[in-house]
Amino acid sequence: MTPATLPQAFSTLLRRDLTLAYRRRSEMINPLLFFVLVTALFPLGISADPALLREIGPGIIWVAALLASLLSLETVFRSDFDDGSLEQLLLSPHPLSVLMIAKVLAHWLITGLPLLIVAPLLGVLLNLSGDAMQTLLITLALGTPVLSLVGAIGVALTVGLRKGGTILSLLVLPLYVPVLIFAASAVASSDAGLQVSAHLSLLTALLILAISLSPAATAASLRISMS
Amino acid sequence: MLRFFHKLASPKHFYRISGKWIPWLGVACLGFMLAGLYQGLLVAPTDYQQGDSYRIMFVHVPAAWMSLFIYMVMAIAGVIGLVWRIKLAEIMAISSAHIGASFTFLALITGSIWGKPMWGSWWVWDARLTSELILLFLYLGVIALYNAIDDRRTAARATSILALVGVVNIPIIHYSVEWWNTLHQGPTVTKFDAPSIDFRMLIPLLLMAVAFKLFYAVVVLLRARVEVLQRERNTSWVKELVAENE
Repeated sequence: MTPATLPQAFSTLLRRDLTLAYRRRSEMINPLLFFVLVTALFPLGISADPALLREIGPGIIWVAALLASLLSLETVFRSDFDDGSLEQLLLSPHPLSVLMIAKVLAHWLITGLPLLIVAPLLGVLLNLSGDAMQTLLITLALGTPVLSLVGAIGVALTVGLRKGGTILSLLVLPLYVPVLIFAASAVASSDAGLQVSAHLSLLTALLILAISLSPAATAASLRISMS
Repeated sequence: MLRFFHKLASPKHFYRISGKWIPWLGVACLGFMLAGLYQGLLVAPTDYQQGDSYRIMFVHVPAAWMSLFIYMVMAIAGVIGLVWRIKLAEIMAISSAHIGASFTFLALITGSIWGKPMWGSWWVWDARLTSELILLFLYLGVIALYNAIDDRRTAARATSILALVGVVNIPIIHYSVEWWNTLHQGPTVTKFDAPSIDFRMLIPLLLMAVAFKLFYAVVVLLRARVEVLQRERNTSWVKELVAENE
């Protein structure tokens, strides 16, 4: 048997994670429902005034997306850790950081992409304008991969711990702040009819930075957690 | 010189040498602090705009400086620990975390006490305040992670990685909150920036800054000594030390 090449290993890992997620559909749906529910709570809790909702809408949607992403992070390594396949990954001859990209990509496809699909619905609920809606989708497309990439570092650090969940939010949420700020203000300024290219460039820069640095940090964290 | 550092990196010699340094550093710290407080509270003139309440700055500004400085120390020590596996660097990194968190908290509290009479509110979502608050959360995350992992060495290496990720993020967070604020609420109220400060106010400020650095040095050494003893409790030199002191 010849060992798999790196692209083969990458696609096998990706397909495996997607298949596993497909077999456990309820786990996929929960963060999505959470996203919709949290957003729906704000009009009930604050006020149903359309003008106010339109103003705070981008922030609400983004905070809800952040929390939904945090909720789903545990699943990145949890089951692999429990059944021992994570250790097999560590023993693989391929660079761990590249394999981490496959895992994070799978996680984003399972949890980030669905957020993008339901986001227009929430935009309608919160009375966003057409322009703002478009910007919202672009920011989600650029921002949610950053959340998955940065979150993966946090999960890798806490994977072996019994009470990892509460610590995870303390580790990851402060690091999410820049994404939240740039994305929410991009949507808000497009709603006000202003230019948003500066915000989008910054988000893209964050994404590039996260793609280049976070897999290495995730791999190093995993090796430490599993040692 | 190199041999000196090499020796210092061994826990046993660190314990011996730091024991000699601490009293001197402590005396120097006390001297600078008394001089700084005297200059700051009695000699420095009253501010034409803020009256006497600006004097909290002599605690607040050095504390804010320390909060960033200690984070850098922690991250650098963490890298040294990760790359060269030097136990002492790991110990220094984690001992710094608690002190850094305390200084950050002190900067936030004194800022809040100053802000109440000046700005009329305990808290404003100003860029500086917000980034300092997030820095506090980063420190707390490091401490929480360290406490959650049972094995001390694994914990130290995990927190080093987290501290490093934080270092990459601190400038990003800093600029993001700065732009976020200026974009939405017009010019901020922060007046710390302008170094158009009276010379008689600058002197006590610098004295206090040195005093805080020395204070940090003393406390970090004390904490590191305790950590060294705990980690090395099964080695012969610690047992001898305990036997001597009984």
